[in-house]
Amino acid sequence: MQLTLEFGGGLELLCDSVKIHDVNVIPNLEADKLTMKDLLVWVRTNLIKERPEMFMKDDSVRPGVLVLVNDCDWELSGQLDTPLEEKDVVVFISTLHGG
Amino acid sequence: MESKGSEAARILNEIETLKATRSDLDNRISALEAQLRHLNPEENSVVSCPSISTGFGHGLSPDMIYRYSRHLLLPSFGVQGQSNLLKSSILVVGAGGLGSPALLYLAACGVGQLGVVDHDVVELNNMHRQVIHTEAYIGQPKVKSAAASCRSINSTIQIVEHQEALRTSNALEILSQYDIIVDATDNAPSRYMISDCCVVLGKPLVSGAALGFEGQLTVYNHNRGPCYRCLFPTPPPTTACQRCADSGVLGVVPGIVGCLQALEAIKIASAVGEPLSGRMLLFDALSARIRIVKIRGRSLQCEVCGENSAFTRQQFKDFDYEKFTQSPLSEASLELNLLPEDYRIHSRELKERIGKGESHVLVDVRPDHHFKIVSLPNALNIPLSSLESRSAEISSALKEEEKRKDSGFESSASLYVICRRGNDSQRAVQLLHKMGFTSARDIIGGLEAWARDVDPNLPTY
Repeated sequence: MQLTLEFGGGLELLCDSVKIHDVNVIPNLEADKLTMKDLLVWVRTNLIKERPEMFMKDDSVRPGVLVLVNDCDWELSGQLDTPLEEKDVVVFISTLHGG
Repeated sequence: MESKGSEAARILNEIETLKATRSDLDNRISALEAQLRHLNPEENSVVSCPSISTGFGHGLSPDMIYRYSRHLLLPSFGVQGQSNLLKSSILVVGAGGLGSPALLYLAACGVGQLGVVDHDVVELNNMHRQVIHTEAYIGQPKVKSAAASCRSINSTIQIVEHQEALRTSNALEILSQYDIIVDATDNAPSRYMISDCCVVLGKPLVSGAALGFEGQLTVYNHNRGPCYRCLFPTPPPTTACQRCADSGVLGVVPGIVGCLQALEAIKIASAVGEPLSGRMLLFDALSARIRIVKIRGRSLQCEVCGENSAFTRQQFKDFDYEKFTQSPLSEASLELNLLPEDYRIHSRELKERIGKGESHVLVDVRPDHHFKIVSLPNALNIPLSSLESRSAEISSALKEEEKRKDSGFESSASLYVICRRGNDSQRAVQLLHKMGFTSARDIIGGLEAWARDVDPNLPTY
């Protein structure tokens, strides 16, 4: 499944400072669909190069990270259960506090 | 040389005297103005209260019509929008990178009462982004400087100075005097505190943030939209809360976000347009992209604004925001103390030892781009993150130094570690001891201490 993943607010530092990743994620054959839960595991394994605790806590993202599926807060689409489709854009952004 | 030095001292002296005179004059002017206001309460009300009747049926005076004419010419803003603005009151918390442009535009556009809270003073390293302040105000309170700039742009509105740190003890009293709150602060505990206070008081909150090359903006607690806690019920780990003083920020980035905050506040105050509530604007300066995303609505389970929540004024006053977020409300620097005393050395003592010709290796563990700004002579730059993988470089530098200085007396060279403020150097020394470099010692207070105690000519940043 072709997906575009974007990291911002400093999270890109965890994946070699690259903000945009066009990736191909193969869904689990048995499940035959991909959810955000699966994608997080895939990201942690394949993209996060350092300090994984700065990206995830337990099986979700750490506090202070917003997840957007096609420009929409994942809270509105089922959070970890959000189903993903071909060409979806998933954004992970860390909230900023500076000023 | 000596005559040049005494000439410089004379000039510095004169500058100090002139500054003191100016400060004295400012104070006398303020006192006289206050006296005048006291003597002529009617005249004062003409200045600060914009709603005088002039016979045009809208309360705008001829001067106001002229001053705000370009607003009045906008069909969808017009007299009604401007009248609403003139009757509104807005508080900006923080007169820094975000607050600077926000305050300038809010003063210029004719907000009836404009308040500013800050406890800080203007510093030279603020000037690249905090454009409301001028060099003449370095060392003076930001609130005073910001208020003076606002008054020089628009003398017809009321500017209120709150020269204090916002705390749970004074936040309710200060925020309750305003219709709209603008969060232009720089730290996580302040953001939770301001949001909670806005929920308790039922005020809309225009929240902006900026760091590096990125900015974020949204409106909380407005039109049944979420509050800050609905979005971030659990505070992030402190390691995820980067500060402009550590990570840097391109000056114009908070400038853009601050302008957008002014815009959102103006829209709410004038009741024109669609506020950025339930949506968030994400700004990436480097790729020149702005993304506006839909965010969750008010959370029924929110501990502060949720359906079953009863977060009271008293609970707010008693809430410990520093403990909740594990970080301080003011932008104070962290000072760690991780090492036993004999693993540490003061910069003055090190200077003496180097002067006596002690054989040593100095490792600077700051990131490479910090090292490029300023470094001590002969320091070896190995950033903390690559210390383990590059330990061989330290071993060979130590061997080299021993060979070079071999006089038969000293058996081994000392290993000293420095960073910017003396925190990372302690972490590095812990790591080095684990790796077998048992002579490693940390320079207390880092380059900042070196600049303070040993070499005042060393630039700080």
